[in-house]
Amino acid sequence: MTADFLSVSGLTKTYGSNTVVKAVDFAFARGEFISLLGPSGCGKTTILRMIAGFETPSAGTITIDGQDITTLKPNQRQLGMVFQAYALFPNLNVGDNIGFGLKIAGVPREERRARVAEMLKLIGLPGYEQRYPYEMSGGQQQRVALARAIAPRPRMLLLDEPLSALDAKIRVSLREEIRAIQLDLGITTVFVTHDQEEALSISDRVVVMNAGRIEQLGAPHDIYNKPATRFVATFVGQLNNLDVVITDPANKIVTIDGQPLTLPDLPADAGLNAASVLTVRPEVLTIGAREGNDVTLTGTVADVTFLGSVIRVRVALGKNVISLDTFNDQRSIPPRRGESITFSLASKDLLVLAN
Amino acid sequence: MKQNRFWAWVVFLLGASYFIVPLVATFEFSLRMRRGYYSFDSYASVFSDPNFQATFGYSVLIGIFSILVGIVIVVPAVYFVRLRLPWLRPFMEFFTLLPLIIPAIILVYGYIRLYNSSSIIPFTGSALGTDILLTFAYVTLALPYTYRAVDTGMRTIDVQTLTEAAQIAGANTIQIISQIILPNILVAVLSGAFLTFAIVIGEFTIASLLNRPAFGPYLQNIGANRAYEPAALAIISFIITWGAMGMINVLGRFAPRTSARTD
Repeated sequence: MTADFLSVSGLTKTYGSNTVVKAVDFAFARGEFISLLGPSGCGKTTILRMIAGFETPSAGTITIDGQDITTLKPNQRQLGMVFQAYALFPNLNVGDNIGFGLKIAGVPREERRARVAEMLKLIGLPGYEQRYPYEMSGGQQQRVALARAIAPRPRMLLLDEPLSALDAKIRVSLREEIRAIQLDLGITTVFVTHDQEEALSISDRVVVMNAGRIEQLGAPHDIYNKPATRFVATFVGQLNNLDVVITDPANKIVTIDGQPLTLPDLPADAGLNAASVLTVRPEVLTIGAREGNDVTLTGTVADVTFLGSVIRVRVALGKNVISLDTFNDQRSIPPRRGESITFSLASKDLLVLAN
Repeated sequence: MKQNRFWAWVVFLLGASYFIVPLVATFEFSLRMRRGYYSFDSYASVFSDPNFQATFGYSVLIGIFSILVGIVIVVPAVYFVRLRLPWLRPFMEFFTLLPLIIPAIILVYGYIRLYNSSSIIPFTGSALGTDILLTFAYVTLALPYTYRAVDTGMRTIDVQTLTEAAQIAGANTIQIISQIILPNILVAVLSGAFLTFAIVIGEFTIASLLNRPAFGPYLQNIGANRAYEPAALAIISFIITWGAMGMINVLGRFAPRTSARTD
C-alpha cells in the first residue's frame, strides 16, 4: 500500500453514556473502494458521518491526504456524498442539482454546463438536464445524486447505504455502475452498507464492524474465507455450526456423531472430551467423494431447498444439521428427504473459531 | 337516502345564508346611492377619494414589509428549531399562539409605553419609527399564521438530509436557507404571506392608536361619516381578503412533489 490517503485513529463517538464508536483505527490508500459493513447500530454510519463532518468525534482524529479534518465544517472538506434517500433538491432540475456544488464554488456558467453534460454522460442519462427529480425513477435519481456528488471533483466519495431504498434488480445494476465509475475516476470511496453481498462484491477492502469496534479489516475473499472472529464468520455468508467432541487433542482428532475427523488446527486450550464448535461453509461440502477432500461423513437428508442455480441440502448428523450447497446439475437427480447421503470435505476448509 | 340529502341541504343553506344574506344586503345597499335605481356611484366615490388611495397604498406597503420581515424572522427560526433544537418546538407553538390570545390593544399600549418619544428607543418619536413599530406589530399579529404555515411547509421536506446534501457540496447556512430550504417551502411561505396581508389590510386598533394613515382607520372614519360608501368599502375589502385566500388555494397546486421511488 502507498501512503495513507484516508486515515482514522482512535476515533470515538459517545452519546451520553452510550459509546457507539469505540477507538476505531484504519488507513486506506488513494483510489481504494472501502466498505463499512455491519448490522444496524454497529457504528458504521456514525463513522461515515464523522468523516463527512455531520458529527463531531468525541475523541480521535481523521486525516485526508495529510490534512487533519477532524474539526473542519462539512462544507470545507471537499467531499462528495450520496444519501440513502437520494436527497436531490426538489426545487432544482437535474442540471442544477448536479451543478449545485460547482455553482457554490463559483465555477462560471459555461464551464458548469459542460461539466454537468459530462456527468450526465458518465451516469448514462445524457440530455436529462431539464428533468425534475419527481419525474424520474428511484434508480435514475440515485444516479443523479452520484453525479451531483462527484461533479465538483471531491477528494473522496462517501456513500451512505445508497442502494437500500431501491428494488432488488436496480440495486445490483446500480452497484456495478457505481463500481465502474469509481474505478474509472480512481476516486477513494467509503461505502456504508448492512448487506454483505453488496460489500463483498464491489469493495477493494471491507471493514466488518460490530458494536462500535472493527471485527476484521481485509479484502473480500479474506473476510469470507478466513473470518477472524465468530461474528465475522456468522455475519458474512452462510455458516454451519457443528458440535464436536475432542477425542484426541494431541493428534487434533474430533468426533462428530461418532465419525472421527482430523483438524488442521485446534484451540490451544482444547482438552480431552471437551465439547467444541466447528464451522464450515455450505459450499465446501460435496455430495460423494471429490479429489482433495480428505474427510467423508454420512448422514440423513432432512430437507432439500431448490434455489435455482443452487440446491441447498440439509443433512442430519445426529443432533447436528448441516447445510450443504450443490450446483443444480440438470443431469443428476437431487437427493430426496430421508435418504442416507455421503458427503466429503477438505479438513483445511474447517474453521475452528475462538469463542 | 333522498330524505338524508334533503336535510343536508337545509342545514347547508341555513349555514350559507348566515354568511350570504348580510353580504347580499350590504352589496344591495351599496348600489343604492342614486335614488330610485341601482348604480355603482358609491364605488366610484370611494375610488375617487384620494384618502382611499393614500391609505390603501400605505397599508399595502406596510403589508409587504410585514411579510418580508416575517419571512426573515420565521423561516430561519423554524429551520434551526427543526434541525438543531427540536425540543424547543412545544415552546415555539405556545409563544406563536400568544398574539391570538392577547388582544392587540394590550400589545399597542405596551409598545407605546416602551417606545414612546421619551424612552431609550423612541420609535414613536418619528413617522418612520412609528411605521417600523407598526410593521413589527403586524409581524407579531401574523406570527400564529406564518409560523404554522412555515412549519407545515418544512414538515413536507426532509430538512436534515437536504441540509447535509447542500453542506457537503460546500454550501454555507445562508446559501442553504436561501437556495434550498426557502424555494422548497415557498408555497407555504406565500400562504402565510397572504394571511399576513389580509390581516394588515383590515387592521384597525394598532394603526389607529399609533395614529398612522392606514386603511383600517380610514374604513372606520368613512363608516362613521358616510351612508353608502362604507357598504362599498366592506364589499371591496371582502373581495381583497377573499382574493388573498383564493391565492393560497391556487398556490397549493405548486407544492413540491415527492420523489421517493424505489424503482
